[in-house]
This record gives sequence, structure tokens and C-alpha cells, in this order.
Amino acid sequence: MPVMNIKNFSFTYAGVDKPSIRNINLPILKNKITALIGPSGCGKSTLLRSLNRIHDLYPGNKYEGVIELLDFETNKYENILEIKKENEFIKLRQKVGMIFQKPTPFPMSIFDNVAYGLKIAGIKNKTEVENRVEEALKGAALWNEVSDRLNKPAGGLSGGQQQRLCIARAVAVKPEVLLFDEPTSALDPISTGAIEELIVELRKDVSIAIVTHNMQQASRISDFTAFMYMGDLIEYDKTEVIFLNPKEKQTEDYITGRFG
Amino acid sequence: MEKIFQKLSLLSASLVFIILIGIFTTLFISAKPAIDEFGFGFITDARWNTEVPLNQSNEKEKQTDTLKEDTTQNSVSDSDDDLLAEDEDLMGDDEDLDDEVATKTVYGGLVPIVGTILSTVIAMVFAVPIAMGIAIFLAEMAPKKISIPVGIAIELLAAIPSIIFGMWGLFYFAPIISETFGGYQVSLLTAGLVLGIMILPFMAAITRDSMKTTPDILKESAYALGATKFEVIKDVIFPYSKVGIIGSIILSLGRALGETMAVAFLIGAVYNLPEKITDPTISIPVAMAVNFGEAAGLGESALFYLGLILFVLSFGIISFAKFYFLKRNKG
Amino acid sequence: MRLLLNKIILALSLVSALIGLAFLGWILVTLAIKGASAMSASLFIKDLVDNGLRNLIVGQLILAGLASFVGIPLGIVAGIYIREYGQGSKYAEFIRDLSDIMMSAPSIVIGAFVFALLVKPFGGPSGFAGAFALAIMMIPIVINTTDSMLSLVPKELREAGIALGASKYKVIFNIVIRAAKVGIMTGILLSFARIVGETAPLLFTSETSNYFTLDLTSSFPSMTVSIYSLANEPEESARDLAWSASFILTIMVLLINLTGRYITRNKK
Ligand SMILES: Nc1ncnc2c1ncn2[C@@H]1O[C@H](COP(=O)(O)OP(=O)(O)O)[C@@H](O)[C@H]1O
Ligand SMILES: [Mg+2]
Repeated sequence: MPVMNIKNFSFTYAGVDKPSIRNINLPILKNKITALIGPSGCGKSTLLRSLNRIHDLYPGNKYEGVIELLDFETNKYENILEIKKENEFIKLRQKVGMIFQKPTPFPMSIFDNVAYGLKIAGIKNKTEVENRVEEALKGAALWNEVSDRLNKPAGGLSGGQQQRLCIARAVAVKPEVLLFDEPTSALDPISTGAIEELIVELRKDVSIAIVTHNMQQASRISDFTAFMYMGDLIEYDKTEVIFLNPKEKQTEDYITGRFG
Repeated sequence: MEKIFQKLSLLSASLVFIILIGIFTTLFISAKPAIDEFGFGFITDARWNTEVPLNQSNEKEKQTDTLKEDTTQNSVSDSDDDLLAEDEDLMGDDEDLDDEVATKTVYGGLVPIVGTILSTVIAMVFAVPIAMGIAIFLAEMAPKKISIPVGIAIELLAAIPSIIFGMWGLFYFAPIISETFGGYQVSLLTAGLVLGIMILPFMAAITRDSMKTTPDILKESAYALGATKFEVIKDVIFPYSKVGIIGSIILSLGRALGETMAVAFLIGAVYNLPEKITDPTISIPVAMAVNFGEAAGLGESALFYLGLILFVLSFGIISFAKFYFLKRNKG
Repeated sequence: MRLLLNKIILALSLVSALIGLAFLGWILVTLAIKGASAMSASLFIKDLVDNGLRNLIVGQLILAGLASFVGIPLGIVAGIYIREYGQGSKYAEFIRDLSDIMMSAPSIVIGAFVFALLVKPFGGPSGFAGAFALAIMMIPIVINTTDSMLSLVPKELREAGIALGASKYKVIFNIVIRAAKVGIMTGILLSFARIVGETAPLLFTSETSNYFTLDLTSSFPSMTVSIYSLANEPEESARDLAWSASFILTIMVLLINLTGRYITRNKK
């Protein structure tokens, strides 16, 4: 079952006359990992950043089409492109979390970083916050490394730890979907391995969309893969199919390294 | 709460605009009597606080020749005695003016305007080469062990209040200059030089910052071709940071133009067009600093007129520097 | 030939650097000798009427402090508008440019403006007018530092806050300001150091006073304005007092500057 449904979606940046991605149709399936691959500049980030409408931080962009998000309580889909009110945006982003290319620890302690999302979600009960921080840090496989220095600034952690902290922070608010935009491209191979394991582990609780330009990574961890090229979605299928039996010539060329 | 803060922040930002408009309008309104009286001729008139018989001044200011203004102006008479005497000598030739002559006081801005421009020019001629030298030294020549502390020292010197430069100039620098070049201790030359020394650290610091924006790879690839340090500076660093360097120089020029205290002790504060560089004269900021206290009526208004000219001039120069040379990164 | 030219030019720039530094060193040495020689405890206890500097030091700090009280919050909030709420808008760009230009406006003109606005209509100089003039000088400086410090905060940090469901206001206050805090504090210290040494805007707004006073509605003691008038007096003793005051003022300015630099250095 899809938690998100992208239908005939196009996106145009402010001050640009042509859409950067056109007519995209793609589901994000529940408790699956969907990888977005394609050469740099093809629109992977643009698509991913539409799914929580983080684009709206900057005025003047244009969305066309429909992006549906499943509401777990009512079991109905709502079109997130219709959101206008501030509090609805906040709700959307609590449901659809995001991890960035570079780690983004906030300038506060490790504990406060993870607790931050809970705090703004209105959870005040101290023990509940503590429990959920611990749970999230354990979920992000970071607890053992930081449990003795929760009150130290998060900036002191290594890059890989910072990225796992950001994942813990996003997981703590119990989102339905997590968006990853090249989460390992700034990390060394060992940290990358840890993050990949973690993402696979997270799949049982959340649905995941991940942008990666590393094809091995996509084939290692994802269930479904979408190949994009120059703003178009060329092919979407099970990951094995995309990598072993692509239907489109462009996909095959990309997979086999004939361009990009 | 959030909406209120957002509005508040917009308001605070708009305050900048409001204050600038406020400064301009206030100066303009206060200068209005002088503007009405002297018009643009103010800029080219070398007389300050000079009493002239009405008909003589009329030759100069034909368009402002109305009875109404005569009656309001002829009561103002606070000029120096010797100037008055001189005027009376001149008038002696006209037979019908021996007693109770209708006079008016004329204020012209030429002397302070010229004084401002010349002292700034001297300051720039002195400071630009030295500041370039310091900047090159700091950015390209000195090892880190020297360039960092010296750089900090330069920045600290840029923070020293300008009145201290003025005082040092008056008591220690001016005597030496007047011995070497002759002339008065207070003069255009000493004022310009002290002004130059004052803007030196500021100019050197921002010029060095501009030079430092040159990417290392560019420099390294030039060195890799066998270029000398001078060639790298001339062919890589200058072309790359030219725009920023010019902007820095103009910014310093703007500072020199509006500087009061470094010049006030040294320029002489006399309304006297300098014939030699060692003559005393006056600049706009100094005219305002020295004469504001005792000025009243048209004299005060003329000072505001000068202030308006200075404001517009520096506004123009700084915006020119900003828009042509110092487009900053939009982040 | 090339190598010779290289040597000559480099030598020239070294010499000019030395000349410049020599002048600046000369000023500092003069200041230290003249200032320190006349230094005594009584300067800090007595007021100007009794040949002390107490009222001037206190007065100057009050003027600058009052200016900061108004100028710092306004400058920070305006800087937040320019970099956060108005980000990228024409109006924010316009205000940023205006503020930069205003930062370079001649300080004497600002003094004249405040004179026409607050001194003439109210019948005389006042501490309020002086502080107001300094505040006007301070606002654009604080805007400038706030703006550039906020610009150093990576945009991903803001996006990460928003992506967690924080409102823009929360992102600004809990994350962005926190990340830029040290830089902004340094900027504030530097801008305070800059206005505390100003003379021209105070000349005909606060003027100065020989007596200790906290009454902001009449002429108010200002160290810089008094230095100006003392230095113009013929007696040696008045000049010595001017040197002592200059020395204290410079030490004050340099200390504030160094403190500012020190906190940034330590946080990095
Ligand atoms: N803020 C922006 N404004 C205008 N165009 C943009 C912006 N960001 C990205 N683009 C353009 O959109 C296209 C897709 O970019 P992006 O989604 O970042 O690619 P990818 O993540 O696949 O490398 C590119 O052509 C890029 O130039
Ligand atoms: Mg991308």
C-alpha cells in the first residue's frame, strides 16, 4: 500500500520558466525503501524536497499535480499540495521527516537535539521525553556511544555520529515517512555502512525515500528504484528489475555506466 | 506571538529607511532658508558670514532679489569687525551709502567644500600606496607568525577614536610638518596627512580582506608556471580582487570625506581659500563642528546646507562603491 | 630582470608597510607616554571641575550604554528581518543596502540631524539627544553584523528545523540565533567600542559638562567632547588632562575589542 502517491507532478523553481521536474507519477510504498537514482541535476532532490514541501521556505515556486499522503488515523489520502496554513505545514513535516546530505546537528546538546522535535510537538512530560530520546538514540544505533555524554554539545560528535543523531532526531517524532537526500555522500565508508544498516532497520517502522547517486547503495538497500533523467521519471520498478532487467534503454545505459 | 514578532522585525528594518528619510528631510528643512536665499550659487561662493550692501549682493543673486527677503535679512549682522571694515571701505566709493546702509550677510560654501575635497585628496594620495603596501605585505609576503598579529594590530588601530589622531597630529605631527614644508602648523597639508594616517588601518584591513578572496588554487597554478611573487600579485591577485580593492578604497574615501575630529584640530578652521598646500582652510565637518555652537538664523541654516551637501555627497559615493564594486554575496 | 623587478616591488611594499606601522606605532607610544605619565587615582575619583575624569568616564559610558539599549535590540531584530523573514525579497535587499550606506554616513551630519530634531525644539542639549545620536550610529552597525553572522548559518540547518515541524519563528530563535550567538555578541562588542569613542555626534547634542550628573535632560558629561575642548585650551594642565582621558578612552576601546575577538576565538 502506498503511503504517498505522486500524480502528474511538476515543479518549477521561482524565477525559472520551465519546470525542473515534469509529470512525475510515483508511489512511495509503506514500510519499503524507495531509491531515487539518476545523474546529477536530474531532479532527484527537487522531487524529494516536494514531499514535505520544504521548498516552501523560499517563496515563488510552483507545484502542479497531486501529492497524496495517507493519514494513518482516518486511513484517507490528503493532497499535501493544498496545504496553506502554517499549522498544517507543521503537521505535514512531523509526518514526513527529512535527513540531509551534510549532518545538521543543532547548536545544543545531544539530548536537546533529539528532544527538540518532541518539544515543539508539545510533549512536555519529562520522563516521556527521556524515554523517547533514549528509544530514538537506540533506534539510531547511537545510544551506546553517547549515553554518557548526553549533555555535551552535538557539534563534538564525529560526522557519522552526527548523521545518526539527525536520524534519531527525525525518528523521535515517529514520522510516517522519512526522506533521505544523499545521507552518506559526506561520510567515510565505515560510517556509510552503519547508516545503510540503520536505514534498512528503520524500514519496519517508517516508509523511506532515499536519493542516492551511489548505485551500489541503491541496489544494496532499496526495495524499489526510480530512475530519473533530465526532469523526467524514466522508469520505476522493483530494485532487482531496474538493476538486472531494465525496460528502458536510458536506464540500462545509466546502470551499466555508459553515461553520467 | 510569531506574527507580532514578524511585524516588529519588519518595522525595525523599515526604521533604517525612515531614519534616512528623516535625516534628509530634517537637514533639508533646516537648510531651506539658506537654500532659498543663496540657491545653487552657494556652492561656488567663497564668502562666509560676509556683510555686503544689498545692491552688491544683488548682482550675484538676481533671482532672489525681493523686498521681503531684504527685511528679514538686514537685521542679521554678526560678522567679524575687520571684514565689516573692509566692506565699508569698499562702500565708501558710493556716495549714497555713508550711513545706515542696508546690508545683508552672505554665506557661501565654496571654501569648506574645496577644503573637504582637497584634504580628502591629500589623505588618499598619502594613504592608498601605503595601504596597498601593508595589504600586500599582510596577504602575500609575511609569514603567518607575523601577518596574524600585525593584522590584528592594524584592525585594533582602525578602532582607535579619531579624536586621538587629531590630538596627536596637533601636538606632535604638525610642528614637524611645518618645519619641513614651511607654512602654518595648521594647514591643509597637515590635516590631509593626519586624515590619511587615520584611514590607513581601515583601508589596509579591508584591502587585505579583498586580496585574500583570491582562491589559493589560482595563485598556486601561477606559481607552478614559474611566476614571481610580484607577477602573481599583478597578474592573478589584482585582476581577481580588483573590484573589491577599488570598493575598499572608495569606502575609505567616504570615511575621510565625513571625518570631523581628526581634521578639526589641524585644518585651521578659517574661511580662506588655500593658495598653497600649507595654507589653513576649513572643511564641511569642521565648519559644522566649530560654528554650530554660536550660529543662529541664516548662519545656522547655511551650516545645515553644508551638512546636506556632505550627506548627499557621501551617500552618492558610498552607494556608487556599493553598487559597482562591493556587490556582496546574497548568501 | 624579472627577478630584480620582483625584489624592488616587494621591497617597496615592505617599506610602505613599515612606514605605515611606524606612524601608527608613534601615535600609540605618544599616547601611552603622555597618558600614563599623568595617570593617577584621583582622576577616577574627582570630576572635571576638580581636574578629574570620573564624571566624563561615567557619562560617556552612560551615553553609549543607553544607545546600545536601544540600538542593539533594534539592530538585531532588523537584521533578523533582512536575513530570515525578508530573505531574498527586494525590500530586504534595499534595506540592507541602505543600512550599509547609513553605516558610512558622516557622524557630524547625524549630530546635526539630532540637533534639529531633539536639541532645538527642546531648548538645549541633553543626554537623551546624545544617546539618540549614538543609537542612530549603532543601528546599522548591529544590523550589518547580525546579518552577516546569520548568513554564516548553513541553510540546511534551517531546513532541518523546518523539516522537524518547527515554525519559522522557532527555527530562528532556537536554532539560527543560537548558532550565530557568539558572532553576534562579538559584533555587538565591536559596535559598542566604535560608538563609545565618537565625538562628532555628541558635540552639539549632549555637549559636555564639568559636573557629575545623571540627569539626561540637560547637557551631559562626555569624555570625547571634553577631550576636544580641553585640547583646545592653552594651559598645559588642561592638555595633560586631555591626554589622560584619551589614554583611558583608548584602553577602554581596545579592551572591548580584544574581549570581542577573544570570545570568537575561543568558540571556534
Ligand atoms: N533553487 C533552485 N532554483 C532554480 N533551479 C534549481 C534550484 N535548485 C535546483 N535547480 C535546478 O533543478 C534541476 C534539478 O536539480 P536537483 O533536484 O538538485 O538535482 P539532483 O538532486 O538530481 O542532482 C537542476 O537543473 C538544477 O539546476
Ligand atoms: Mg541533489
